[in-house]
Amino acid sequence: MSAAPAYGEDKGGSAGPGEPEYGHDPASGGIFSSDYKRHDDLKEMLDTNKDSLKLEAMKRIVAMIARGKNASDLFPAVVKNVACKNIEVKKLVYVYLVRYAEEQQDLALLSISTFQRGLKDPNQLIRASALRVLSSIRVPIIVPIMMLAIKEAASDMSPYVRKTAAHAIPKLYSLDSDQKDQLIEVIEKLLADKTTLVAGSVVMAFEEVCPERIDLIHKNYRKLCNLLIDVEEWGQVVIISMLTRYARTQFLSPTQNESLLEENPEKAFYGSEEDEAKGPGSEEAATTTVPARKPYVMDPDHRLLLRNTKPLLQSRSAAVVMAVAQLYFHLAPKAEVGVIAKALVRLLRSHSEVQYVVLQNVATMSIKRRGMFEPYLKSFYIRSTDPTQIKILKLEVLTNLANETNIPTVLREFQTYIRSMDKDFVAATIQAIGRCATNIGRVRDTCLNGLVQLLSNRDELVVAESVVVIKKLLQMQPAQHGEIIKHLAKLTDNIQVPMARASILWLIGEYCEHVPKIAPDVLRKMAKSFTAEEDIVKLQVINLAAKLYLTNSKQTKLLTQYVLSLAKYDQNYDIRDRARFTRQLIVPSEQGGALSRHAKKLFLAPKPAPVLESSFKDRDHFQLGSLSHLLNAKATGYQELPDWPEEAPDPSVRNVEVPEWTKCSNREKRKEKEKPFYSDSEGESGPTESADSDPESESASDSKSSGESGSGESSSESDSEDQEEEKGRSSESEQSEEEGGKRKTKKRKKVAEGQGDGSSSDEGSDSSSSSSESERTSETEEEQVEPASWRKKTPPSGKSAPVAKEISLLDLEDFTPASVQPVSPPTIVSTSLATDLEGLTLTDSPLVPSLLSPASGAGRQELLHRVAGEGLAVDYTFSRQPFSGDPHMVSVHIHFSNSSETPIKGLHVGTPKLPAGISIQEFPEIESLAPGESATAVMGINFCDSTQAANFQLCTQTRQFYVSIQPPVGELMAPVFMSENEFKKEQGKLTGMSEITEKLTLPDSCRSDHVVVQKVTTVANLGRVPCGTSDEYRFAGRTLTSGSLVLLTLDARPSGAAQLTVNSEKMVIGTMLVKDVVQALTQ
Amino acid sequence: MVLFPLYSASIKELLKKIKTGIAHFLSHLDYFGVCSEPVIKDNVVVVYEVLEEMLDNGFPLATESNILKELIKPPTILRTVVNTITGSTNVGDQLPTGQLSVVPWRRTGVKYTNNEAYFDVIEEIDAIIDKSGSTITAEIQGVIDACVKLTGMPDLTLSFMNPRLLDDVSFHPCVRFKRWESERILSFIPPDGNFRLLSYHVSAQNLVAIPVYVKHSISFRDSSSLGRFEITVGPKQTMGKTIEGVMVTSQMPKGVLNMSLAPSQGTHTFDPVTKMLSWDVGKINPQKLPSLKGTMSLQAGASKPDENPTINLQFKIQQLAISGLKVNRLDMYGEKYKPFKGIKYMTKAGKFQVRT
Repeated sequence: MSAAPAYGEDKGGSAGPGEPEYGHDPASGGIFSSDYKRHDDLKEMLDTNKDSLKLEAMKRIVAMIARGKNASDLFPAVVKNVACKNIEVKKLVYVYLVRYAEEQQDLALLSISTFQRGLKDPNQLIRASALRVLSSIRVPIIVPIMMLAIKEAASDMSPYVRKTAAHAIPKLYSLDSDQKDQLIEVIEKLLADKTTLVAGSVVMAFEEVCPERIDLIHKNYRKLCNLLIDVEEWGQVVIISMLTRYARTQFLSPTQNESLLEENPEKAFYGSEEDEAKGPGSEEAATTTVPARKPYVMDPDHRLLLRNTKPLLQSRSAAVVMAVAQLYFHLAPKAEVGVIAKALVRLLRSHSEVQYVVLQNVATMSIKRRGMFEPYLKSFYIRSTDPTQIKILKLEVLTNLANETNIPTVLREFQTYIRSMDKDFVAATIQAIGRCATNIGRVRDTCLNGLVQLLSNRDELVVAESVVVIKKLLQMQPAQHGEIIKHLAKLTDNIQVPMARASILWLIGEYCEHVPKIAPDVLRKMAKSFTAEEDIVKLQVINLAAKLYLTNSKQTKLLTQYVLSLAKYDQNYDIRDRARFTRQLIVPSEQGGALSRHAKKLFLAPKPAPVLESSFKDRDHFQLGSLSHLLNAKATGYQELPDWPEEAPDPSVRNVEVPEWTKCSNREKRKEKEKPFYSDSEGESGPTESADSDPESESASDSKSSGESGSGESSSESDSEDQEEEKGRSSESEQSEEEGGKRKTKKRKKVAEGQGDGSSSDEGSDSSSSSSESERTSETEEEQVEPASWRKKTPPSGKSAPVAKEISLLDLEDFTPASVQPVSPPTIVSTSLATDLEGLTLTDSPLVPSLLSPASGAGRQELLHRVAGEGLAVDYTFSRQPFSGDPHMVSVHIHFSNSSETPIKGLHVGTPKLPAGISIQEFPEIESLAPGESATAVMGINFCDSTQAANFQLCTQTRQFYVSIQPPVGELMAPVFMSENEFKKEQGKLTGMSEITEKLTLPDSCRSDHVVVQKVTTVANLGRVPCGTSDEYRFAGRTLTSGSLVLLTLDARPSGAAQLTVNSEKMVIGTMLVKDVVQALTQ
Repeated sequence: MVLFPLYSASIKELLKKIKTGIAHFLSHLDYFGVCSEPVIKDNVVVVYEVLEEMLDNGFPLATESNILKELIKPPTILRTVVNTITGSTNVGDQLPTGQLSVVPWRRTGVKYTNNEAYFDVIEEIDAIIDKSGSTITAEIQGVIDACVKLTGMPDLTLSFMNPRLLDDVSFHPCVRFKRWESERILSFIPPDGNFRLLSYHVSAQNLVAIPVYVKHSISFRDSSSLGRFEITVGPKQTMGKTIEGVMVTSQMPKGVLNMSLAPSQGTHTFDPVTKMLSWDVGKINPQKLPSLKGTMSLQAGASKPDENPTINLQFKIQQLAISGLKVNRLDMYGEKYKPFKGIKYMTKAGKFQVRT
């Protein structure tokens, strides 16, 4: 902060004369040219009681600091005011303190107590600024106080104060690095913070203090990924950069199975946001279609990072875009890196400093991933108004991008550049042409001819540069180019640029066999002008002379000796040395013939052709976007980007205990932007199976199911996260099994869909609606169906436990966060494991029915599993048709299917044990069900407007099964049709206690009318009431038994905020309905 | 700047932010809103206060000008007077609500008597036209700048007739990305005042209509010390709109000593030191095309310059977005009043060059 260095001569400058250069300044001159005498008055002003005078004084003092004048003698007077009530005075005192405290440590201590008081202030702004200043005062004695203050602030209520605490950490660290361990503890604590405000700052502190402690990140990795989009821009940059390093150490390189990823159409990965949402799904699908020959599956956490950073490419901040670009470049599979090109090209439009940085990075990337920028070739065309360094970088990129197909356009473009007025740029262009010629064999001759034409250019620089490049090109294939060498030889008369002359001489010497006649003549001319040449030319003349002497000594012996004699007396010792050395080598003397015999080999050894390559070639070992990359030198504080690990470190370190996670997700849910990560788990409990509503019965089933899962399921991975996550994490041995499972799932899904269509009207409406919906929803629906059907077909315990769990978890977010227990999500159960479980469940089959937790009216629910039923499988659906016998009864369709070997006979309902009020209308006895056959029956149940389960026995001739049907609250009613006015009238009657209101936020996915209506009607059997305004939805129904009205109103704002109102005199039903609908809508 | 400098792009970005942040404050004092040296000197204290809020130990703290404005009230003449009388201060003593809320870019408690929201769709054509008049590359870069002065917490949605046109977009953080992805609708709670809502790019794949052409004949002769110079500017594909504010500039080669030119309209200047020719044409009248003719005097004895100058063109077309982008409607939710809404289109030349 100290923008103003104190000038030495001003030290103690109470009597210093006013500085003339500021004397003219009308505003300050009056005050400052003579103000040294007024220091007394400043002191006086500071001592008064009037805030305005104090303020005035402080302003002048700060202005003095800004001018670089020493105001330290005022320290005692200023420090007194640190306790001033006026906040502006206070702030200025802070500015002063931060500037001078280090010089006057003893006096500075006087202010500490004020800060300590400030740290306890009820105003968070004051607490924060006290901490800021306290930590900025670099006085070693107060380190313990600072430490204490930081620790306290780290658990402050206000996130703003916690943010300040995070900022204070590096300050303290730089003051006293011995505190590191304690500071790391604070960082660890702050890393667990869930507010976006803190995240950026604490990661910054982490990077400063302990970047090597990557283990601190594990637990927070997913949280950081998910928060990222809501963090402010500066924080985003730091977090992304840190996560890049983290990912490099924790995940496997995605490029190891490059070929495979290329087989997948890119579309599947990032064609659109919809795809993005189910990224892991498609990844997984790819896994199943391609046989197991590839061992690499991207870690879901790796995928999460890529997915959550991608939207940030759309950020307005160039720094963020650059950060994401480097992340993708370093971490993404080859096929996906392409997305960043567009964003980077966009950045080229901003001002030239940003352009410079971006182009540097593009230049590096374009070497490795040329295809990525090829479509944007024209965006790199150079404008005459670009600054030179931008031009040269663009040229670099164009050269990197040139290939067989686009080289004609590129060369044509280069041709116009050669005529530019900017000579440095022209020279660079010529070099670029040279590079194109070496890289692309097809155009070498064209380029060479073009360059030769340039030799007649009037501009010396152009000619010289061309000669140098031609030299390099000729070296690659000298034989055919005698003509060009001759042409060059002629040029020696005209070209004055030393480098070019030297190059020509070297060429002639090297290929003197190709131009036997001209070479000696050139030497003759050079010998004549030898004394006037530049050093570099002289050296080459000696070189040429030596080579000619060796090949054509008859003609050139005398000339060579002449040249060598001239060189012997040259002013430059280099040349003298070279002359002596050469003479000894080539002219055979009496004693030392050993070397001269090999002179020809020494001078005319075949030389490897130079490689013309980009200066950006090896820059990618620096992390892109870093200062070190920009400078191509290691800057202080640069963190080396680690290489991918050979073996993936244990991914389970990132798992977080569930309660914490749920809380977090709960919080997230309220957020508008967040989503992708949860989309999968959303899918699992979509509208087709709304959650159970009775928390009590549920927690009962919870405890049982968890007990069971504990015994039965080996891998009791926790988390309410999506199943893909789990899947990826399971060990590789399970992989193939899982794939198999997945395929089966697909088949099952089809079956399930078919059945659904045939039997349940709701399912039908679902699928028809999905086709009319946007891609996104249909996609999510697919996902919803898939896991649902998977669960349906798995054995009872494997199924019922997760279902119950799933629901409870989701409920928990709103109701009982404490009682969450880890449970394994269904897909992790491999097929073989599932079979084992089947065996297990057989033993305690009577338990099964009570475990059943019916989830929704729309989908098919299981009443009896085929294993438990010894071959008899029973499902039921709520058909939502009026039951013919009794209008108060809910009609339930029961589907039997016999998968045993023998026919099942005499299916009927046995003596029901029913709670008071509930009655059952049994279905007619089914006489016989042949093996493989199925049958459907309808029964009616009067639930008496409660969600109590109807327990009854299902009897065959040989056995009895205890089963129970529990209705979701939405099934206890039937739609009623009424007009808007009627609705309003009825609603007016049902206010007060009968009205239940809940606020919710609709996720983006269900903002369209269609989706909202569909979701509501799936949950509850209600009829829609026409409504005048577009954002309001109304539904009406009557409970079946008592016929009381149930009115539901949803007032949805386009922003997503919505209010749900249910009016019903049955308050219990109303409450449950609100809960169910909210759940369905917010997922 | 102690800590932050490891990310090269960030530094540039940060410096820019600081500059705009400070300029923002000073502009309230200075009538023209320029951030010049004397202005900074006069307001050193404010600059200090602003910097203090923006950075903590080199790490950016609060860079949104809206928040800064709440932390420190910009100095205005009026406030200075009020402050001297009442003894109140420029520094706010409450944490700006925006800092903590979900919408950090908007301050709370905004009140206006006239509620208005203006959106300017401004498109710039970047093009390189070669010697023969054919387009080498042309792109449209567009921005939507907004000036929103609405009371309370309005929630706006802006929809386009043809959103698919936009190839690459970058948003102000207020725009809900998901909504755009799924429905191609801009939905946002706007910051208060002026801000850039969106910048977009219409890809080079779509054909870009070039609204002007330049006919030129610039020739140097080896023998004579005089060169001929002639440019004509004419409209094409303007969709019936007039082209205004046409300005032609060209960097002449070093060999050109002076130029004697006669424009058919507008004024022209040639700076013999920088060799910069500029011709302020004004409006193009399609009936009578503006032209600039004359001779160049070259350095005697020197050989003719072998490069031809590039012509840079500036122009403006009101009421037209050259890409064809059209705003469909703007709706406001969350507040009761009826705002005044306005949309303006404009097409400008960006980096528009004609090679000769």
